[in-house]
Amino acid sequence: MSTSRRQFLKSALASAAVTALPLSAFRLLSPAEVRAAIGDARVRWAFLVDTYKCVGCGLCVKACKRENEVPYDVPVSRTWVERYVVLKNGKSYIESPNGGRDGYTSPKIGESNINPDEIVKAFFVPKLCNHCEKPACVQVCPVGATYQTNDGVVLIDRKWCIGCGYCIMACPYGVRFFHPVYKVAEKCTFCYHRISKGLKAACVQACPFGARQIGNLKDPNDPVTKQIMTQRVSVLKEEYGTKPQVFYIGLDANVR
Amino acid sequence: MEPLVVHGLSWTTKELFTYPNEFIYWSIQIVMYPYMTGLVAGAFVLSSLYHVFGQHDLKDMARFALVFSLALLPVAMMPLLFHLQQPLRGVNVMFTPHFTSAIAAFGIVFSTYAIIVLSEIWFVYREYFIEQTVALQGNKSLSATLRRWTYHVLVLGAYDRSPEAMAKDKKAIKLLAAIGIPVACFLHGYAGFIFGSVKANALWMSPLMPVIFIMSAIVSGIALCMLTYIVIMEFKSLSTALAKGRGDESVQVIKGVAMDVISKTSRYLLGFLLAAIILELLDLIFRGYTAMKSWDILRSVMYGKDFVNIFVLQYGLGDLVPLVLLLMPRPTIRRTIITLLLVLFGVFMMRWNVVIGGQAFSLSFAGYMHYNLPIIPHSVETFKEGLLGALTVGSTPFVLFWFINKFVPSLRYR
Repeated sequence: MSTSRRQFLKSALASAAVTALPLSAFRLLSPAEVRAAIGDARVRWAFLVDTYKCVGCGLCVKACKRENEVPYDVPVSRTWVERYVVLKNGKSYIESPNGGRDGYTSPKIGESNINPDEIVKAFFVPKLCNHCEKPACVQVCPVGATYQTNDGVVLIDRKWCIGCGYCIMACPYGVRFFHPVYKVAEKCTFCYHRISKGLKAACVQACPFGARQIGNLKDPNDPVTKQIMTQRVSVLKEEYGTKPQVFYIGLDANVR
Repeated sequence: MEPLVVHGLSWTTKELFTYPNEFIYWSIQIVMYPYMTGLVAGAFVLSSLYHVFGQHDLKDMARFALVFSLALLPVAMMPLLFHLQQPLRGVNVMFTPHFTSAIAAFGIVFSTYAIIVLSEIWFVYREYFIEQTVALQGNKSLSATLRRWTYHVLVLGAYDRSPEAMAKDKKAIKLLAAIGIPVACFLHGYAGFIFGSVKANALWMSPLMPVIFIMSAIVSGIALCMLTYIVIMEFKSLSTALAKGRGDESVQVIKGVAMDVISKTSRYLLGFLLAAIILELLDLIFRGYTAMKSWDILRSVMYGKDFVNIFVLQYGLGDLVPLVLLLMPRPTIRRTIITLLLVLFGVFMMRWNVVIGGQAFSLSFAGYMHYNLPIIPHSVETFKEGLLGALTVGSTPFVLFWFINKFVPSLRYR
């Protein structure tokens, strides 16, 4: 059996064409196309945390877990509150048991009893997804299951995520985890289902002290935007170049 | 509703302050992944040294290494499937590859490489396949008929055995082996890139990571090929000795061939081992000297918590001792076996110290995490990402090789 080169190329081309035809019936959306379809480009959601106002009651964590169906009694959480206690000798204690869900009601930190006279400062820092302008998690997702909407929110497609955990590794803030029920990557969405309908995020709504606020950076009249523009705000871990969009008032050098 | 399993909770111990969502998410299977791809790449590079660069002292080893790299190939993917939370969606990477991700190219690089290995083997063995279809013709037993038909399929209709056709085969082998080297290095170097490019991880982020991974990959690949070769040749000489008596000439011939091949391959092992050690030390020294923000916690992990893993097991037992053993004059089979086992163990520890060590400290730089390898599984998760899962992955290539070798004999010594 011998085949001429011309004949071989002919049949190879023909079989390639025949295979390609049924495949062309499928259309796969690239992550960029999906992104273009979601969100209003005139909006850029941003978050403002006033750490002076936070008392560590944990109501935000409770509200978040209930609103977003993150099982209540598992140690993972979309948002959490950290407690910092700095002593006169410069030593600092940090803790966040259960993400601060149950509120900080005891002066004890972990197992240690601290003499109140030794404390120079103590404060609470709420944490959540920073919905970065340049999200490392979106960059590393191998299938494009996590993406950024036009209004700046980073979301996850639960039906497409393969659960490799690369995004969890790539996030410098440790906001991502695997959802215990859905078995895919999970994190704060700024309560996208609420804010896109004109409601406030669950944690913002639950905070009795106004320590948490959410607003539209592209609207100069938005009260949150005004505060971010006029006050001295900072962000977490800017050295990673992710351009986080959760702004903090009163962030301390001890905050990790 | 599915049971509530927080991934990582069952094997992570936390110390001091870590963020609530931090766990050891990348466990033993992600240690196995670069280890297995490393073995694949290393085995292929070894076989190419003969096919491309004409290192004739490697002729016997080359054929075996090539077939063995085929047996290792599917196993490079296994740990990933064991690790994925949604293994059935693994194929999504092929549907919507998101090319800003280092993992996205995996499917493409991996399949390119698989095609190269398969076609090279086909060209190497085409003549043998044709011979078999002829040789098995007279035999009417069922197994022989089945084998004959298998070989007919494997020939793919190319029965031409003219000198010109054979010369073309040789050319094709050389070309494929030549293309294969950069692809094999890329396959593995990019496994290093997967880690080296994670800017959030202070231990991983280093431009040297891909190069270090390639060097240690070649080291481990050569070591595994040598070791398997020794075991098989020893078995052959033993079975020949049992059949024909210990004093028989053929036993001595087998032993002689084996030692010859081994001592020649050792020289390549030594070279690549030196390169790997130098690069790893350079990375370590650079981190200590520049002492960036993360150095405090990195130092406490390297010189404290993971000291035994890094300096005793990886650098000491896995690098230094084999180096001395390789440099010692008058090599023997027994000493070579010890050297190879230590080298393989050292490269494994290097992968372990990168993957697990990279998660040994919190992103907050204020706490630590410890990975407790699940030994006895009590759930699917602790099986997949525990000792048994790793052993399953580690033993599969040998089973596959036994099977492939039935049709593509790679251990003929002539």
